[in-house]
Amino acid sequence: MDERTIELPGLAVEARPLAAIPRGMRSLLRFLRKKPLGAAGGFIIVAMALGALAAGVVAPYDPLETDFDAMLGPPTQAHWLGTDAFGRDVLSRIIHGARTALLVGFASSFLGATLGAILGVASAYLGGRVDLYTQRCMDILISFPIIILALSVVAMLGGGTFNLILAIMIPFIPRVSQVLRASALAIREMPYIEAARALGMGSSRIILRHMFPNVMASYLVMLTAFLGQAILLEASLSFLGLGTAEPIPSWGLMLRGAAVEFAERAPWMAIFPGLTISAAVFAFNVLGDALRDVLDPKLRMA
Amino acid sequence: MTRGSSGENAGWRMRGVAVLAVVSALGVQAWAPSVGRAAVPEKTQPGGELTFAVAAEPPSFDGHRETTFAMIHPVAPHYSLLLKFDPDTYPKIVGDLAESWTISRDGVTYTFKIRDGVKWHDGSLLTAKDIKATYDKIAFPPPGVVSVRKASYAALERVEAPDARTVVFRLKWPEASMLANLASPWNFIYKADILAKDPRWYEKNIMGTGPFKFVEYVSGSHWVGKRNEDYFVKGRPYLDGFRALFIRDTAARLAAVRGGRALVEFRGDSPAARDDLVRALGDKIVVQESSWICALTVAINTEKKPFDDPRVRRALSLAVDRWEASRVLPKIAFVKEVGGVLRPGSEYAMPESELIKLAGFWKNIEASRTEARRLLREAGVPDGFKFTFKNRDVAMPYQPVGIYLIDQWRKVGLNVTQVVQETGPYTADLRAGNYETSLDFVCDFMDEPDLQLFKYLSSDKSPANYGRYKDPVLDDLYLKQARATDPAERKKLVWAFERRVLDEMAYQWPTLWWQRIIPHWAKLRGWKITPSHYLNQDLRDVWLAKE
Amino acid sequence: MRTFILMRFLVMIPTLLGVAVLVFLLLRVVPGDIVQLKYAGEGAFVPKETLDLERARLGLDKPLWRQFVDWMWGVIQFDFGLSMWTGRPIRYEIAIRLQLSVQLAIMATAIASLLAIPLGTLAAVKQDTWVDHLVRVFSIAGLATPSFWLGILMILALLILFRWLPPMTFTPFWVDPWANLSQLIWPALAVGYRYSAMATRMTRSAVLEVLREDYIRTARAKGLWEPWVIARHALRNALLPITTVIGLEFAFLIGGLVVTEQVFNLNGIGMLFVEAIARRDYTMTQALVLLVGSTFIVMNFLLDLLYAMLDPRVRLR
Repeated sequence: MDERTIELPGLAVEARPLAAIPRGMRSLLRFLRKKPLGAAGGFIIVAMALGALAAGVVAPYDPLETDFDAMLGPPTQAHWLGTDAFGRDVLSRIIHGARTALLVGFASSFLGATLGAILGVASAYLGGRVDLYTQRCMDILISFPIIILALSVVAMLGGGTFNLILAIMIPFIPRVSQVLRASALAIREMPYIEAARALGMGSSRIILRHMFPNVMASYLVMLTAFLGQAILLEASLSFLGLGTAEPIPSWGLMLRGAAVEFAERAPWMAIFPGLTISAAVFAFNVLGDALRDVLDPKLRMA
Repeated sequence: MTRGSSGENAGWRMRGVAVLAVVSALGVQAWAPSVGRAAVPEKTQPGGELTFAVAAEPPSFDGHRETTFAMIHPVAPHYSLLLKFDPDTYPKIVGDLAESWTISRDGVTYTFKIRDGVKWHDGSLLTAKDIKATYDKIAFPPPGVVSVRKASYAALERVEAPDARTVVFRLKWPEASMLANLASPWNFIYKADILAKDPRWYEKNIMGTGPFKFVEYVSGSHWVGKRNEDYFVKGRPYLDGFRALFIRDTAARLAAVRGGRALVEFRGDSPAARDDLVRALGDKIVVQESSWICALTVAINTEKKPFDDPRVRRALSLAVDRWEASRVLPKIAFVKEVGGVLRPGSEYAMPESELIKLAGFWKNIEASRTEARRLLREAGVPDGFKFTFKNRDVAMPYQPVGIYLIDQWRKVGLNVTQVVQETGPYTADLRAGNYETSLDFVCDFMDEPDLQLFKYLSSDKSPANYGRYKDPVLDDLYLKQARATDPAERKKLVWAFERRVLDEMAYQWPTLWWQRIIPHWAKLRGWKITPSHYLNQDLRDVWLAKE
Repeated sequence: MRTFILMRFLVMIPTLLGVAVLVFLLLRVVPGDIVQLKYAGEGAFVPKETLDLERARLGLDKPLWRQFVDWMWGVIQFDFGLSMWTGRPIRYEIAIRLQLSVQLAIMATAIASLLAIPLGTLAAVKQDTWVDHLVRVFSIAGLATPSFWLGILMILALLILFRWLPPMTFTPFWVDPWANLSQLIWPALAVGYRYSAMATRMTRSAVLEVLREDYIRTARAKGLWEPWVIARHALRNALLPITTVIGLEFAFLIGGLVVTEQVFNLNGIGMLFVEAIARRDYTMTQALVLLVGSTFIVMNFLLDLLYAMLDPRVRLR
C-alpha cells in the first residue's frame, strides 16, 4: 500500500490459539459458496500467476519490442490494449509486468512475514530480556510510516528488484512480529506446551513443532494482507522513480513518465496498468479477508 | 511559432585577431542596450504579476557558485550583469550595466564605462568598485568561497576601478572568449561593501540592481519579486512583480500551466505537453521553439573491459540509429537534431555531409549494424553480452533516450540493464568511475568550441570527462583550435578533433541535441526564446496583455 | 494509574533514542553526500579542497560520535540546528509545512470517519448480505487504488471538465478559508477515501465481534429496538478499536503522504522528507524522522492511556 499503514496489528488479527487450517475438498467448496468475493480474488490471483509463469507463451508480443511506426497507438485488433510511447504492446508489458509484481510481492511479503513470525514467536517463547529487546527494536521500526521506511532503504541501497524486495520487506517485519507475538504469548501458557517442556523438549523443537502450527492462521492472514500492499508499494516506489528500471516491464513504471504525460491523448497507457494494479491488490485483499473469516473460529460461528 | 536564431549568420566572432581587427577599425565599439522589441509591434501594457513554474529549487542564491536553471529563473530578475547576450540577435553581446566599452589594440585591456546613477535596491549608488569586487570574487575567490566558473577567467590578471564609472579588466594574454564570458548570465553584479563584510552573504540573501526587488522566498513553495521603481532603464520593468512557483512533479507542473495557475515554465517542456496545451487552450497558447545548447552524450568507462577496446566503443556508437531517433523521439521527448560535439547549425558545427562519414552517423543503418556486430566479434565480445547503463532520474529527456539506446543495443545482440539513480549518487558514481556506460550531458550558455570541446579532453585536463582516458592528440588539437585565428583554419581543427573523438577512438559521443520548447500563455509578451535556458531571464521587457 | 502513566512514558525514551541512532547511522551509509550534491548542479566541477572546506563548515569532518552528541545536545534543548541545504533553521522550515500537513491530516480523518463508521456498522449488521458485499467492495477498492493514480485522475478531471485547477500555493485557513479549502479538499478526499477503506473494515470487524457478546444478546432478548441496540451498545463498545485505528492512521498521515503531496504539489512534511533524503540533507532528515517517529510514539502513548482509563484490566498488566 503506497502510503498508509496496514490493518492494525493486534486488532484485525487477534490471538487465536486454537485456529487450524481446514483441509480437503469439502472445505474448499464451502469456501466458494460462503465467500464468493474471496473465491473471485483467488481466481484472479491464480490467473495472474499462471499468466506470469507462461508470459512468454501468453503475451502476444515481446514486451521489449519497439515499433516506432506504432507509437502511442490506441487499442486495436493487433494491440488489444494499445501501445506505449515506444510502440511497445501494453498488454504484453502488463503480462510480463506481472512477473515483477508477483515476484516482488511474494518475495517481500513472504520473507517479511516469515522473519517477523520467527522474531515474534521466538521472542514470545523465550520471554525475558530477549523479548524486551526484540520488542523495543520492533517499536523503533514500527514508528515509521511504511512508505518512509521503504523509501529510506531504497535511497540507501539503490534501485533494482532485489533491493526493492528488501525495502518492502523490512517495514513488514515489525508489524507481523507484533501480531504473532501476541498469538504466541497466548499459546505459551497452554497446558500442552507446558507438558512438552516438562517432557524435556528443546526450545527450538517446541517452537517449530507446537507453536508455529498454532499461529499459522494469523501468519497466513497477514501474509495475504501484505501481498496486496507489497504490490501497491512497489508501484508507488516505481512511480517515485525508486523501483525497477526500464526497459524491464513493471506495472508501477508503466504509470510513470510518458503514461502521465500522454494521459489525455493515450489514456490506455495509464488506465490499463492502473486497473491491473487495482485488480491484483483487490484480489489479495478479498482473499485475505475470506481467509481470515474462515480461519478464525470465533468469527466462523456467525 | 518562432524559431531561435541559429547563430549561423551572426556576424559576431570572438576569435582573437578577428575581434581585434574590428575593434581597431572602429576604435570604440559601443552598443546601447536594446530598448523595445521589434518583434512586438503592439503597445506594451504595464502592470500585473507574472507567475511562472520552476521545476526545482535553488541550492543557494549565489549565481557565482550555482550551475542550475533553478537558481537563474527566480534569482536573475533581481540582478544586473556587466554585459549580456541580446535575445533578439543572439549571439550578439550588448551592455547591461556597461554603457560602452573599448578593447585595446593588443587585446589585453578591456575598459568599460558604467551607467550613471544606477541604484541598488537599498537606494545606494552603484560604482565601478562593485563591479571590481564582483569579478574579484568570481576570478579570485577568497578561501571557502566557491566560484565554479573560475577557470574561464584564467587569462584575467586583475580588475581595476580607476574612477566611479570606469572598470578596467587587464588580461595576461589576449583571449577572445573573454567578452562573452563577461556576458555570462551567472555573473550577477554584487555590492562591494557587502562582499567585503561577508563574501558568502549572497548565498542566502538578495541585494542587486536588477529590475525586480526581492520580496519573499518560502522554501518548497514560491519566490516573489516586486517592481524596482528605481530601475536604471526608464519605464522598465513593465510588470508589477513576478511569482515563481516551485513545482517538482512534471504532471503537476503541466497542470499548473494548463489551469492558468502559472503562465509558463522557462526551462522547456516536452512535445506532448506542447500539443496538449495547444489542443486544450488553442490560441490562448503561443509556442516558441529553438535548438538548445544541450546534448545527451554516452559516457563510456574506458578503464573497464571490454570498453577499453576502441572497437567495442565504435560498435556501441555504430549500433545507434541517430537518424531514426531524430525522426521518432521528437514525438515524445524534447530532443531533435543529430549533431557532433557542437550544436548543429552553430558556426563551427560539422555539416551533415561530413558528419555522416563518422561511426554512428551513417545513413545506412543496416551496414552500420553489420559493422557493429563484426567489430564486437573481432574484439571477442560474445553475442548477448551483458553490461549496465546508468541513467539519471530525470524524466525529460533522459528516460526516453535511455530506453531508445538500450533498444538499439539490443538489436546488435547486446543485453543492457539500466540502472536509474538520483542525481546525487549518479554524479558521484560517474566521477568515481563506478560505472560501465552511462548517459551524460553537456549544457552551455553559448556556442563556443572552447566550452563544448572541453568535456572530451584528457581526464587530467578536464574534470568533466568521465571516460577516464588520456589522449595527447586531443589535447593538442584543442589548444591549436583555441589559438587559431582564422575561422576556416579553426573549423578544420575542430573537425579533426571531432573525428578523433567520435570516429577513430569513439571515447564518448553525443546522441541527440535538445530542442527547447516553450509553450506559454499568449498574454505573456515580450519574452523571446534563446538557445540556452540560462539566458534572457531578467524579465525586464516582459509584460502582460489584458484580456 | 500514575505509576502506569509514568512507566509508559519512560518506555518512550529508549524507543525515541533508538530511532535517533538508527536514522543517524543510516544516513551516513547512504552513498553521495550533501556537499557533493549541492555543488553538482547541472554538471559543475568543484575541486576537492572546496568540498572539504564546506564539509568542515557543516561539521561533517568531526568524528561520528561527536556529531551525534552535538546533535542530541541540540535536540534536548529543542534546537534542531540549520538545514544543510537551505541554511535556514530547521524549526522554521518544518513550521512552514506542518500547518498544511496537520490540516490535511485532520480533514482526511474527518472524511474517513464520516464514511467509515456508518458504512462499517451497516456492513456488520447486514453481514454476508449484498449490502455487506457492496460496502466491502467499495472499501477494498479504496485500498486497492494507488493514491497517485487517483490524484492524477482527479486533477485531469478538474482540468478537463471544469477547466479549473486548485491553487498551487498554501494559504492558511484563517487568512482565506475559501482559497485554503479549495486547495486542500481534493487531496483530503483522495486520502480520506483510502483511509476510510481501512477504518470501514476495522469498524465492521469490531462491531461484528461486539455483536456476539452476551450483553448484546441480552439487550436483544429484552426486545429493545434494534437500531438502539446497535448505536447504544454495540457501536459504543466497538469504538475503542476504531479509535485506535483512526488515531494511529492520523499520526502516520502527518509525515507519510509522500505521493499525494507530490501529485497535488503540496508543500507538506512528506515532500520535505523525500527532498531531504534526495538532497542528503542530514540534519533535516534526522529532525523529520524524529518528528514523524515521535508523533506515532506519542499517539500510541495517548491511546494506551485511553485504554487504561476505559479498561482497568490493562493497568494491572
